[in-house]
Amino acid sequence: MSSRDLILGRVRRALADGSGEDGAPPEPGPEDGDSSYEQAVGRSYLREHGARSPAETVDLLAENLADYRAIVHRATEEELPDLVARLLDRRGSRQVLVPPGLPSVWLSAADPAPVDDLAGSTPGELDAVGSVVTGCAVAIAETGTIVLDGGPDQGRRRITLVPDHHICVVRVPGQVVASVPQALGRLDPTRPLTWISGPSATSDIELDRVEGVHGPRTLEVVLVSAD
Amino acid sequence: MRVALFLTCVNDTLYPDTGRAVVDLLTRLGVEVDFPMGQTCCGQAHYNTGYRHEAEPLARRFAEVFGEYEAIVTPSGSCGAMVRELYPRMGERARAEGRGDALARTLAPVVPRTYELTEFLVDVLGVTDVGAYYPHTVTYHPTCHGLRGLGLGDRPRRLLQAVKGLELRELPGAEECCGFGGTFALKNADVSAAMGADKVRNAESTGAEVLCAGDNSCLMHIGGTMGRLRTGMRPVHIAEILASTEEPGA
Amino acid sequence: MSGTFVGMPAFPKAAHEAVNNTTLRGNLRHATHTIRTKRAKAVAEVSDWAELRDAGKRIKDHTLRHLDRYLVQLEESVTAAGGVVHWAADAEEANRIVTELVRATGESEVVKVKSMATQEIGLNEALEAAGIRAYETDLAELIVQLGEDRPSHILVPAIHRNRGEIRDIFVREMGAWGRAAPEGLTDTPAELAEAARLHLREKFLRAKVGISGANFMVAETGTLVVVESEGNGRMCLTLPETLISVVGIEKVVPAWRDLEVFLQTLPRSSTAERMNPYTSMWTGTTDGDGPRALHLVLLDNGRTDTLADEVGRQALRCIRCSACLNVCPVYERAGGHAYGSVYPGPIGAILSPQLRGTASEIDASLPYASSLCGACYEVCPVAIDIPEVLVHLRERIAQGGPVTREGNTVVLRPARGHAAERAAMRAARWALGRPGALRAGQRLASRTRRFHPRTLPGPGRAWSGSRELPAVPAESFRDWWQRTRGGKDVTK
Repeated sequence: MSSRDLILGRVRRALADGSGEDGAPPEPGPEDGDSSYEQAVGRSYLREHGARSPAETVDLLAENLADYRAIVHRATEEELPDLVARLLDRRGSRQVLVPPGLPSVWLSAADPAPVDDLAGSTPGELDAVGSVVTGCAVAIAETGTIVLDGGPDQGRRRITLVPDHHICVVRVPGQVVASVPQALGRLDPTRPLTWISGPSATSDIELDRVEGVHGPRTLEVVLVSAD
Repeated sequence: MRVALFLTCVNDTLYPDTGRAVVDLLTRLGVEVDFPMGQTCCGQAHYNTGYRHEAEPLARRFAEVFGEYEAIVTPSGSCGAMVRELYPRMGERARAEGRGDALARTLAPVVPRTYELTEFLVDVLGVTDVGAYYPHTVTYHPTCHGLRGLGLGDRPRRLLQAVKGLELRELPGAEECCGFGGTFALKNADVSAAMGADKVRNAESTGAEVLCAGDNSCLMHIGGTMGRLRTGMRPVHIAEILASTEEPGA
Repeated sequence: MSGTFVGMPAFPKAAHEAVNNTTLRGNLRHATHTIRTKRAKAVAEVSDWAELRDAGKRIKDHTLRHLDRYLVQLEESVTAAGGVVHWAADAEEANRIVTELVRATGESEVVKVKSMATQEIGLNEALEAAGIRAYETDLAELIVQLGEDRPSHILVPAIHRNRGEIRDIFVREMGAWGRAAPEGLTDTPAELAEAARLHLREKFLRAKVGISGANFMVAETGTLVVVESEGNGRMCLTLPETLISVVGIEKVVPAWRDLEVFLQTLPRSSTAERMNPYTSMWTGTTDGDGPRALHLVLLDNGRTDTLADEVGRQALRCIRCSACLNVCPVYERAGGHAYGSVYPGPIGAILSPQLRGTASEIDASLPYASSLCGACYEVCPVAIDIPEVLVHLRERIAQGGPVTREGNTVVLRPARGHAAERAAMRAARWALGRPGALRAGQRLASRTRRFHPRTLPGPGRAWSGSRELPAVPAESFRDWWQRTRGGKDVTK
């Protein structure tokens, strides 16, 4: 017998007692139609915490990002190129990683040499690059989280990991949701997803939070609006 | 209202003063108290040590002895939680073992009618000021089964705050277990003693004269530790404080 | 489970040493109290915590009740997304599968994300025996590995070490494993984290094989989820060419949407954060991004046996947040090592004896390692009634009965060590079943009270070694009542 059959057989025998439900029929699962499984789970929790205007939701995002030591900036689309240029200049990076679909205007004023996100780059090569600039898929206000999904303006997962400085541009209010449930509804599970809440951190020394371990130690989030 | 005092075996044997205090207090509040002589023990020690089958006859006896009363009042959060939380579970387990509904049906009537003392005072009688006088500094330790099992919340504190002459001092780490835990105190004596010592140190840090709680088994452990550490603090059951009045000899 | 713990003494003996180790007591007290307050604050921020907790419990219970169906669905989804699924009935089989997969790549070293499942099966030791070096990359796991130590906490395996001890381990050991600790390293946490960053970076950059666990697996999509803080997880999950994920079968959830519950409850319960710094979600393989090969090893290793126990199976709801450890007064004083398992604390006390059985001295002692104070149940984000399961396991040990081991029903005999206790319980029940006998005992105690010793001999020393005995009163309440109320109530 294969271990697969062995384990599945053990599971079925373990559950053969009817699970103490007096022979009640098995509860429906998601494949039996959303509504019946949802009934069994009974999602009585909130879709979001509190009622906010779009602008207030963006403010909450900024507040929570900053609370976990992300550096938050605001700009209009027009101001964005200069702001990105200033941030890169302040950082002193000589090279900047660029996802293939990053709007070219974002880096139009920047000095550092652009490095393309290529399949053939080695991790060592990426390690030599100081900064990376990306967009994002969605941002979550209640938790101060940005989510990357490998879209054209975000690139491969590793380019936002190996460089020590990440500038992430969030279009507000369009890309901002209030809560985790709302974010999951917007995301495509078939894409590789990275949820980022502040710079890399650890609680491993005396259960106290310290920022800065393996991921980018500086996370700058630019909230960019149309006007 | 005809109320039965479920004193618990520990109080009956070792802490009769607590029983007398409950009788005095309830009588003062106009409640007719009865002590059914057939009562012994709720079976908690058996149950929690892994002897559920030994606890079952004790639970059945409890249901028989107290079945006819409108309310059953106990000065023990722990034994109160046994009846309210664990009697229904004993019934469920018997059912799951294919022994039918008999046990569940026997125990069901006493479950909702069993009250821990402070719960009975606040929720049933609707009083927080019981007219007590106790001119001492007191710190209150909420015992685990009263706090988390029965959800007594701030009821005991509200009762204590209304006592004339009493100064209530907040106990640091109040919600942490004192380390008694029934047979835990014997089976894991080192950890139990360490927990007890920390509880006593926290109590001492309040500068209070008295550590008050609603469970004499916990107080036996805390008081025993106080004695060994020579703190000079006294453990007192909340019923005895609430029963105290200005008239001497009450 | 891991061979590391075989031959552990019973809990009380192991705890005895910990209780008397003042450094350890100080480290644990400081760390657990720090996180306790923060967790309470993080949870209080969310007004629907009770509803989230209830939904988490229901999702897990539903999944467990239909576990076969969801495992098969998961296998289909993962395979369709380009992953390869393996099934391991026990630790040995899982270790064999992983070893063979690593060998097939031709590599002799792997980088690991912190994973309870691989700790549980002793994967590092198995790989070592096959000539493969496994580098732990989580900071706390690194501290444990460099210090040739054992983990003592689910989230923070090196919680028993303070910053000074960590500095000393880094200075002493890092050189032998790779890049040495920087000159003049101090014990500030930021500098220690920097030292770990430098030490591990060269390993990440050259790694060809990564090994991970997963916090969740979504059956409907085949998505695996790792929740972490440092970025070492992202390194291991995205830089290597081959990724091997070893995951307990209970980690499956039915729907993508179910993550909305756990991604709210897990971070707040474990690190007391609104959200942990990094969460990675991957579904099979992605062309040109991350590993080209994904292997998922589904691990049983006692989980189906646990599932067979109607009361005990709720332990499988556990999402490994470690909130129960952080609030446990017993864990705080006994430390994680006393539990003799990679799963310490309250959850370990109900998980280890179920996954491993209760044959060993340590496993048979774990259900008693609790005062049943209930703080663990109160904070559990999936509402595992740990006290209920502890009592249930005590019953199994004291009274025996049918249990499932490796898929077969066996009938346990009552534990021999509990014979005296069993007799005492029976005698007490006999006496307590008769008010007359109880009264006779009380009167005897009262009459002889002047002769009672202040300390007890034999097993009673466990009490009187640290506590005074209560004084027996001159008269029981029962006698007082009968005397003063005229016995009018002797109706029963």
